[in-house]
Amino acid sequence: MLEKKIAGYSDEISVAPGERIRFMVSCEPGIDRYQADIVRLISGDRQPGGPGYRDELLPTSVSGEYPGRTQETYIGSYAIVPHGPAFDGLDNLSLQATIFPTLPSLRRACVISKMDVDAGRGFALWTDPAGGLVLQLGDGDGGLQEFALGRPFVGREWYLVSATYDAASGEVHLRQQLLGSYALDTSSGEAEHTSEKAAVVASDAPLLIAAASREEARGRPIGEMIFNGRIERPVVASRVLTHSEVEALRRDDLPVALRVDICAAWDFARAFETDEIIDISPNRAHGQLVNLPIRAVRGSTWTGDELSFRHAPDQYAAIHFLDDSLYDCEWDADFELEVPADTPSGLYAARIRAGDQEDHITFVVRPPRELSERNDQSELSEHNDRGESATASLALLIPTASYMAYGNSRGGIETGNELLSNSLHVVSPDERYLNRHPEYGNSMYDVHNDGTGVCYSSRLRPLINIRPTHPWLWQLSADMHLVEWLEAQHIPFDVITDEDMHQDGVSLLERYSCVMTCSHPEYYSTPMWDAVHAFTQRGGRLMYMGGNGFYWRVAYRDDKPGAMEMRRTEDGSRSWASEPGEYYMAFTGEYGGLWWRAGRTPQSLVGNGFIAQGFDHSSYFRRAPGSDDPRAAFIFEGVDDEIIGDFGLIGGGAAGLELDWASRAYGTPPHALVVATSEQHTDAYIRVNEDIGHMLPAIGGQDDPRVHADVVFFETPRGGAVFSTGSIGWSSALFHNDHDNNISRITRNVLDRFLDTSAFT
Amino acid sequence: MPSQYPIDPSRTDLAREFMANPMGPHSAALQRIVTRMRDTEAAGRYVLVTLVPYKEWGLARLSGQRGVDVTLEEDQVFTSIEDGERAVFKLRWELITGAPLSLD
Repeated sequence: MLEKKIAGYSDEISVAPGERIRFMVSCEPGIDRYQADIVRLISGDRQPGGPGYRDELLPTSVSGEYPGRTQETYIGSYAIVPHGPAFDGLDNLSLQATIFPTLPSLRRACVISKMDVDAGRGFALWTDPAGGLVLQLGDGDGGLQEFALGRPFVGREWYLVSATYDAASGEVHLRQQLLGSYALDTSSGEAEHTSEKAAVVASDAPLLIAAASREEARGRPIGEMIFNGRIERPVVASRVLTHSEVEALRRDDLPVALRVDICAAWDFARAFETDEIIDISPNRAHGQLVNLPIRAVRGSTWTGDELSFRHAPDQYAAIHFLDDSLYDCEWDADFELEVPADTPSGLYAARIRAGDQEDHITFVVRPPRELSERNDQSELSEHNDRGESATASLALLIPTASYMAYGNSRGGIETGNELLSNSLHVVSPDERYLNRHPEYGNSMYDVHNDGTGVCYSSRLRPLINIRPTHPWLWQLSADMHLVEWLEAQHIPFDVITDEDMHQDGVSLLERYSCVMTCSHPEYYSTPMWDAVHAFTQRGGRLMYMGGNGFYWRVAYRDDKPGAMEMRRTEDGSRSWASEPGEYYMAFTGEYGGLWWRAGRTPQSLVGNGFIAQGFDHSSYFRRAPGSDDPRAAFIFEGVDDEIIGDFGLIGGGAAGLELDWASRAYGTPPHALVVATSEQHTDAYIRVNEDIGHMLPAIGGQDDPRVHADVVFFETPRGGAVFSTGSIGWSSALFHNDHDNNISRITRNVLDRFLDTSAFT
Repeated sequence: MPSQYPIDPSRTDLAREFMANPMGPHSAALQRIVTRMRDTEAAGRYVLVTLVPYKEWGLARLSGQRGVDVTLEEDQVFTSIEDGERAVFKLRWELITGAPLSLD
């Protein structure tokens, strides 16, 4: 049986000629050596009847054999506060926090720790499945004393917890108070203990929030026993605080009278858009978050009066920590590529091979960043209608945001997704490998171990299903059908990514006569959306070659390269739902969820927007009356067929998976032409829930006429135009009959006209 | 919560329809019971595991737990996805109706 044992990632997703990219690889035991080469990807679909895998070797210094090794990944989120003067000389101690444990019965979990375990110095506050709140104090002699309150926490409830130690008397006081009001509550309580020997609470260990640590790696303490749930306003004080003082510190700014005794009090309602946690005490013992815990989440005082953390920051003073969140694997680099200066823009991969093992760490060589640099490459240059040189007139826009959203999707092997596909799930070796490696993190379609939706993703880790040969034909593996067709047509094209467009804006798109999307460009940041919109409004030509595009709003953070945020708000096709009051993204403060809910429908951008999905049989298109309009004549040149695309490598048709429709009510331009419409979808195709008001039967493909895809064409200002295929499955039909088919012909007709710089009127 | 739709064990005509065309599309009546069969708890759900890509698949059950592998049923190996669907249909028919599927 084939088992996958090797995977890697790169530090960049898009590099220009002359720039460097590093590759990190990890092998399971038994892979002692592997061969690495840089290849240009030509095609990927290995299914019988498909185009197969093809690449072209790019001769570089990378080519060679490398030693295989296993690289460690440290998963889970927590905060680190370096040891400093704020914590010097502690003998008396108070610890407190308001906490919302989500998995209190799973195992012991650490709320706050500052412990040198080997020396037996320091303190740690825990939640324990049986003991509830637990305080550990060092004995100064390599040991720990432990004091438990004795009442288990109820999950997903807020508690104010506190623990004090009086060095003179040895008294320990523990308190946990449920903040909700129930007729019966056995989880609140207090406990008094007396320490048998004097505790040594001072240590020079770093302080951790939501984790304890015994060892360091990558230059910092590794978080263990990570707390799942929310923590708000943790405080460390150097004397025994009274209960009323604990209450006062929970909510208010630091009372003046207490400031002298506070070592640190972290207010998580500040610096939401950063990894920093701010100590509001005079000590300024700030800390850093690790592995993207969730910020801008409801705290214990949220009233529901305000729904944005920016409008009531103090009600969002919590951070949600998770034992399975991940930003960056931080592996050591195995090899590095300096992209040769004359490398044509394209889709490339570091191809890793060892026996029957293979991985393709895929990346993009984008065109040069500066126009002046391109002028040095006159042999490659063409000129667009704005007189600027570009390495090609066509750009293929790789949807790296959507790749990141789907990267490491675990739904198949965890649930089977059998109703979605209306067929048995087929588990690939890649999926079993991903399942063996929970430390590679989750996709935005998964939930964390505590059931919280995954709202951050990162590309600084192996994304197992974002591979050109992945048997689940989705995102990159499906987009290879389009790449294969472009290569077969001998059409020169540059390759650019979502991240390039996010950073460079419309100026990048404006180098090209035509920009072509891939099959499922679903996730868009505001700068990305603005760039595409400006391009279409300034005479650019856009070929939207897929379905369910421009749907979810996402955010990037300039200081967190490779990370992305998304909230699943209100409605949409959701595998989980954001909590009420948590619809605004911490990275930018923008309202998350569907772009439609921010007043920007996909139809207003590309004429088409998501209306239905299904994953069993794909269907076909029938020519629509709009195809008879002289404005659309170029689209059907040489195509006499009434039925279009009744073939394809995904589900057997060009109209499949996720479908878009044109709708005046949703913003399709009034002059747009629907030139073809799909029909006869199965009942596994269901209309999207955001288009459903009352719940009524007849929302499946056999009943509901809205369950269809439209092919749309319309002109845009200043001579531009948009063509939308309305279906993710479109590109899977291009290969049929050695590319001699009506989908291929229509696509070529549109592309030729869109590359022709004469204006549409 | 899994589907509660009942399967009438006398409707062997639908079973025959499935066996003849396991990948569908199915008649409405057959699709109802196929949906009933596919809507199970994740833990223990039947899946096919790729043994040789595009050539050979083994029957297995999901663990329903992150990080816990599928359990392969070693004696059930198929050379087509269709045969895998047929085998699971029979297993689920018996599980739901309480009687083995007999089409002879």
